[in-house]
Amino acid sequence: MTADTRSLSRPLAGRSPAPRTGGRSARLQEALAGYSFAAPNLVLIGLFLLYPVVSAVLISLRDARGFGDGDFIGLGNYARLLSDAAFWQSTANTVLFTAITVPLSMALGLGLAVLMNSVLPARGLFRTIIVLPMVVSGVATALVGVLIFDEGTGILNKLLRAIGGPALSWQSGGAEAFASVVIITLWVRVGFNMVIYLAGLQGVSPELYESARLDGANAWQQFRNVTLPLVGPSTFFLLVMNVIYSFQVFDIIFVMTGGGPGYSTSVLVTYAYQNGFVTREQGYAAALGIVLLIITLVFTALYWRASRARDLTD
Amino acid sequence: MTTAPPLAVAAEARQIPQRRAGRRRGRGAYALRVVLAVVAAGLLLFPLYWMVVVAFSPRAELFSRELRLWPSTFTLDNFTRIFTEYPVVTWLGNSVVITVFVTVLTVVLNLMAGYAFARLRFRGRNVILLLALSTLMLPVQVIMVSQFQLVTRLGIYGTYWAVILPSAATAFGIFLSRQFIIGIPQEIIEAARVDGAGHVRVFLKIVLPLCKPLIAVLILLTAMSTWNDFAWPLIALKENYLFTLPIGLLFLRGQYTVDFNMIMAMALLATLPMVLLFLVFQRYFVQGFTRSGIK
Repeated sequence: MTADTRSLSRPLAGRSPAPRTGGRSARLQEALAGYSFAAPNLVLIGLFLLYPVVSAVLISLRDARGFGDGDFIGLGNYARLLSDAAFWQSTANTVLFTAITVPLSMALGLGLAVLMNSVLPARGLFRTIIVLPMVVSGVATALVGVLIFDEGTGILNKLLRAIGGPALSWQSGGAEAFASVVIITLWVRVGFNMVIYLAGLQGVSPELYESARLDGANAWQQFRNVTLPLVGPSTFFLLVMNVIYSFQVFDIIFVMTGGGPGYSTSVLVTYAYQNGFVTREQGYAAALGIVLLIITLVFTALYWRASRARDLTD
Repeated sequence: MTTAPPLAVAAEARQIPQRRAGRRRGRGAYALRVVLAVVAAGLLLFPLYWMVVVAFSPRAELFSRELRLWPSTFTLDNFTRIFTEYPVVTWLGNSVVITVFVTVLTVVLNLMAGYAFARLRFRGRNVILLLALSTLMLPVQVIMVSQFQLVTRLGIYGTYWAVILPSAATAFGIFLSRQFIIGIPQEIIEAARVDGAGHVRVFLKIVLPLCKPLIAVLILLTAMSTWNDFAWPLIALKENYLFTLPIGLLFLRGQYTVDFNMIMAMALLATLPMVLLFLVFQRYFVQGFTRSGIK
């Protein structure tokens, strides 16, 4: 009886499959199969992701420019970062961009998911429309953004002028350019967040709302006390996905503003690209990448600690 | 007398059974929700709508100072011009070839690895899985310089393979596959094993047929991210005739005279296949995520 329940609960907990019949040769065979099934994917990951990380660390310690390997200069590239104003502005922009886009896109995604989970006509059509921007490539999205936000001929400024408002300097003003990049990012991101939240909401039993209503909870209280706690796992997953996306934002900024005006929309990733492939200072660009990696690792560590604390309290 | 009507209304309101009041409030809330949904959909649809409008508008329209929300005359001129002036068919072909290769390779390898990590026991399994999954947190741009040097040293820089192989190196699908396959009842697999089926047979005949929603999600996500990928092909390809559509779009924008009507026409061409793919697979989308335990 005990063996039975264990073999049932184990796969559900996601640890290891149930014990197999057979002895050592069967186990060896299974291990062999396991390695063989996993190997092709792992080889690609090792070669094209893990090895380049190691080699990026090595390159970052060299004065590599143009096509040469350059001399070993120790932490020279990192020392240069400290006094590089453009680097600090790019870092600040990356943090600011993340701090704005992550909570906003998640809140909008949750709001839309609640809306799309309620009774609506043509709900399927609405859902499709909300997710559709996700399908468009970053470059195409950014080019539409260029059209919409163009200071002179853009549709947005034409609209603003038509209603008697002031036309905004979306290209020449630093804050406006930053806002335009944020808006386009939200446009792309909201759909994915909505889908994940919707999947979470569909797991919430309607009886919970029924009993909350019987207890006299209004719509806000129902949202606050039933919906929000129950989509916690989705929130957790989305937080990590959105932070990664925001840290790595490239296409939209590269095409829409190129990091400008000046460095007011430059982020670590676009700045690293500029150094690595425009001015061709590979050593310096690699150092920038490593800084981005360290920030990501710190965030991951915090996330891990939080998720373990969660598992324990659950 | 003047105060009577409000009083009367109030008295009447007190007598309305609570259910009626609730229903009326429900109707108000319903209307509000519809309005919100329409506004949200309108805002989210507008950039795509604008792409279509500009793609079918005559060139002069864009530069006029007046506000115009639809084309004055409908023209296919922009489409004929991109096809005659640029190797769009070649770029489209490149995008198709690269996307198909990457998608097939990635999905097959992800499913295999996902099965191994979910259902086969081997030494070091958890450590290896963790190491592979840690690459999910790795910003691609951290390694773009060293990846570039790697493909150069491998002698594949500037070829399809320089885009295909690094693009197929991803752990996201492994994670999704493992989570999904763990959800398949062990008894089904066990029964096949007892009947003498080997691991390959179990994978092909038992596991894969149960993974249709997973496979749909993997195909959709992989194809979309490959088709739309920009940063890496920009680095890995140099010859004009090997460009994918996103790089071609940037190329058009870099021309001496920037023609946004043509750019939007091409953006529309590049977007349509993904819209179709999405419409075909979207019913699996939520399902695939839900059953992978991500929600």
